[in-house]
Amino acid sequence: MEAIILQILDGLNKGSAYALIALGLTLIFGTLGVVNFAHGALFMIGAFCAVTISRVLSISQIVLDETRTDFLGKPLQVKVPYVDQWFGPEMGQLIVDWSVPISLLVTIPIMIIIGITMERGLIKHFYKRPHADQILVTFGLAIVLGEVIKYFYGANPVPTPAPSAFVGSLDVGVLIGLDPFTVVYPYWRLIYFGFAAIIITAVFAFLQFTTFGMVVRAGMQDRETVGLLGINIDRKFTIMFAIAACVAGVAGAMYAPINAPNYNMGMDFLVLSFVVVVVGGMGSLGGAVLSGFLLGILQSLASMTEVIDIAPGINQVIIYLVAIIVLLTRPRGLMGRRGVMED
Amino acid sequence: MSTILSVTDVSKRFGGLQALDVKKFDVTEGTVHGIIGPNGAGKSTFLNCLIGKLIPDTGTVNFNGKSVLGLKPHEINQAGVSRVFQTPEIFSDLTILENVMIPSLAHRDGAFKVNWWPRLDTDSEIRNHAISTLEDIGLADKMHNHAGAMSRGDKRRLEMAMCLSQSPKLLLLDEPTAGMSRADTNATIDLLKGLSKSHGLTKVIIEHDMHVVFSLCDRISVLAQGQIIAEGTPDEIRGNPKVQEAYLGGVEV
Amino acid sequence: MLGLKFSDFALFMLVVLCVALAPILLNPFPASSELAQFNAGYPDLLQRFVIFGVFAVGFNILFGLTGYLSFGHAAFLGIGSYAAIWMMKLLTMNVIPAIILSVIVAGVFSLLVGYISLRRSGIYFSILTLAFAEMSYALAYSVLTPITGGETGLQPKLSDPRILDAELSAGESPAANLFGIGMRDSYIVNFGDWVFTFNAGYYIAGLFLLVAFYLSIRIFRSPFGTMLRAVKSNQNRMSYTGLNTKPYTLAAFVISGMYAGLAGGLLVAMDSQVGPERMFWTASGEVVLMTILGGAGTLIGPVLGAGAIKYMENILSKINETVLKGWFEFLPDAASEWVVLFLNMFTGKSWHLTLGLIFMLVVIFLPGGLVEGGQRIARLFGIGKKRNQTVESDSAASK
Repeated sequence: MEAIILQILDGLNKGSAYALIALGLTLIFGTLGVVNFAHGALFMIGAFCAVTISRVLSISQIVLDETRTDFLGKPLQVKVPYVDQWFGPEMGQLIVDWSVPISLLVTIPIMIIIGITMERGLIKHFYKRPHADQILVTFGLAIVLGEVIKYFYGANPVPTPAPSAFVGSLDVGVLIGLDPFTVVYPYWRLIYFGFAAIIITAVFAFLQFTTFGMVVRAGMQDRETVGLLGINIDRKFTIMFAIAACVAGVAGAMYAPINAPNYNMGMDFLVLSFVVVVVGGMGSLGGAVLSGFLLGILQSLASMTEVIDIAPGINQVIIYLVAIIVLLTRPRGLMGRRGVMED
Repeated sequence: MSTILSVTDVSKRFGGLQALDVKKFDVTEGTVHGIIGPNGAGKSTFLNCLIGKLIPDTGTVNFNGKSVLGLKPHEINQAGVSRVFQTPEIFSDLTILENVMIPSLAHRDGAFKVNWWPRLDTDSEIRNHAISTLEDIGLADKMHNHAGAMSRGDKRRLEMAMCLSQSPKLLLLDEPTAGMSRADTNATIDLLKGLSKSHGLTKVIIEHDMHVVFSLCDRISVLAQGQIIAEGTPDEIRGNPKVQEAYLGGVEV
Repeated sequence: MLGLKFSDFALFMLVVLCVALAPILLNPFPASSELAQFNAGYPDLLQRFVIFGVFAVGFNILFGLTGYLSFGHAAFLGIGSYAAIWMMKLLTMNVIPAIILSVIVAGVFSLLVGYISLRRSGIYFSILTLAFAEMSYALAYSVLTPITGGETGLQPKLSDPRILDAELSAGESPAANLFGIGMRDSYIVNFGDWVFTFNAGYYIAGLFLLVAFYLSIRIFRSPFGTMLRAVKSNQNRMSYTGLNTKPYTLAAFVISGMYAGLAGGLLVAMDSQVGPERMFWTASGEVVLMTILGGAGTLIGPVLGAGAIKYMENILSKINETVLKGWFEFLPDAASEWVVLFLNMFTGKSWHLTLGLIFMLVVIFLPGGLVEGGQRIARLFGIGKKRNQTVESDSAASK
């Protein structure tokens, strides 16, 4: 029982990342009709925004500490981050410690700029090209972005700590009436889940309750008609792309403490997210979120030792197995609409 | 003259909408049978039921004495039914000649024959047949051009050539003159009339343009709200008050 | 000629010539010159050119003709490799049984995968093939370790039964061969300052490429190939034209799977080892890149694309910072430092960046790949066909 709860928590956590990426993919696909293979790269760039900010915030100046001496009797050289000098040691420490959440403030504008540049500079020209061309050009872009990041940050994962307040774990078991120390789960992962829930709710609310969202939803149903109604759909497309890039970016930035980001993480997540989108049904936002969590949980449950004992290797293939079964029994995925992406 | 196509009690529902409910529809061999009706009357749905694109909820469709209900589109085509679509469906990436060779190939190898060793361009049987079909329809001089680069009218003629190259027993035409100028329309009428003489094949035509229908068809069925409300010779239909009310809306024809 | 029309025959002969003379043509720089590092005429790389050429030619039969974009073709390559290595372990180090079995096993597996995946089209098909390939990869890594050797992969060992081969004497290691001709046997010619290596393994693989290429020309020009192109152009029309499209696309899928198996078998024949990373999705992506880069749907495109990517992978990645520094010594210090820093983004370990950029440029500006680029250049100089709508002047050429 405890093990299952733990795995479900783990699954929700994985599912959060899948769902966030899949949500962005679906927004782009549903409104713009573009299959964006560079979406994983946006996730990765978001994660590296967090890395960069935490590095920038801890840029230090070497100062001489008169109160202490090194072994030669001279004043000791210590590194002091600039933020310490500007805001005082306590505030400075706090800022360095909270670099990941702070990085969101920078990630959002950066992702918006990247999103707009990408859409105006590249994607725009591919609306009328075949899906295969869209897949291929964004695939090429994903390679390029990954390599640029690799050039600047190296090929190895860059560990990025969460704020120390969230290091450690919460005894979830006690909260739901189980024995202490049976279900213990890291704080930051719980926060990530909550964060994902907020973002997903925000996106849905935005689409549901704003005029802009109404146009976008109408566009997802019937792109041509909305264009004919005299709505400047181009502008809306650009904004939609920026929003989707933003969702992927903040998802990546918050993910940095969970898994040390490396230049390849975008591709790893993209392949899985595409499976998620397709299982959910191309063009269905609800489907994307649902199948993101569903596949995340299934993957976690399948990696329980009890399950592996019965079906060895199942943890490795469960997602793909589910994808195959879903696609064969429900041709358009769980919640897909007829006629989307079947040509 | 025998009945080549016989439809009884065919119905199709889309959700709550009874799109089609045809009690009886027969086509005599060698005639041109027109189907007219206002927008949304179920004309296209009816045609789709005939070629296997849609499967009717109830009823029987017999072609040449055999039931074709529930057969796959390619099986119905193999039985001898070809269709010209409202928007021309051709192979735009291929040449005009290849476009016309493929239907005959499909009939020769269609069951499933991975015929990968011989060369298509030396297959004189298929090639000569295609060229003569193209000559009939007046596209032979452009046969090495890309099909996608043609005008809309030419595309429709190509599609007709593709269907004719299979020597079908029944040709279904979905609004063959839609969006055409008067001159093109007349040319198409002449073409279809010429085909009737030389090939003697049976045709079912869906059409909006009364001029086309009345100058081509031997018999006309009028479809309204999924039901056939009248059937007869062009003169009978012209004089039928029920038809005028339901469809022509009193407009003089 | 050989049952091909003149233009195809000429193309085929050109490829024959290129394959035969590649060890010379691709070694244009004298061994002692600084440019010798751009020489591609060494056996290891030449073998890769032709083997991945086979892989891409096969992929093109599926993607170029039917338009079905498979993202899991590396699985067939990998399975072919495993089949081949088991033949080498159990039966004989002769490469013929290994290659035959790899083609058969890959064919059977692709029949299974294709039968299921082809029930869907578009991106759904791509995801299904990807799913099968990733499953194969994950299983080869974990549960199937007894058969696949897991992470370490498989190599022929002295202790393997090899029932057809004579006992190896002490100190001898099992070497892949074709009736006694070792795959690593080379004939080295010194011509002035040039060194040319004629490698047995390369020529054997090259022969397979020529056969594969010839068969692909036959398929492209046959009724079968024409109908596949018609399926790509308009599948709807095809079924209303009386063709059951599914067996045709499945046949194309299986043929291209067998090509992939052949490539896998050849890889094992050359280097006698295999690991699961051969089935990873990046390997599937690579063959897509090769085919598109060269020109999908064209005959020669995939071979060119495979060559271009393998050349970049091997040559570009060798140009590291030290080499770059050597080149730009003549510049003032500061300038050379910047130039080196900049160029280093595109070479050495970062060669994928160049690959990605070139690939993007090709997709954006040359949807027909390198072949279209070549045609445009030819047209620029007034060679070849004029820019009219005529696609085939086959009436004159068919005789």
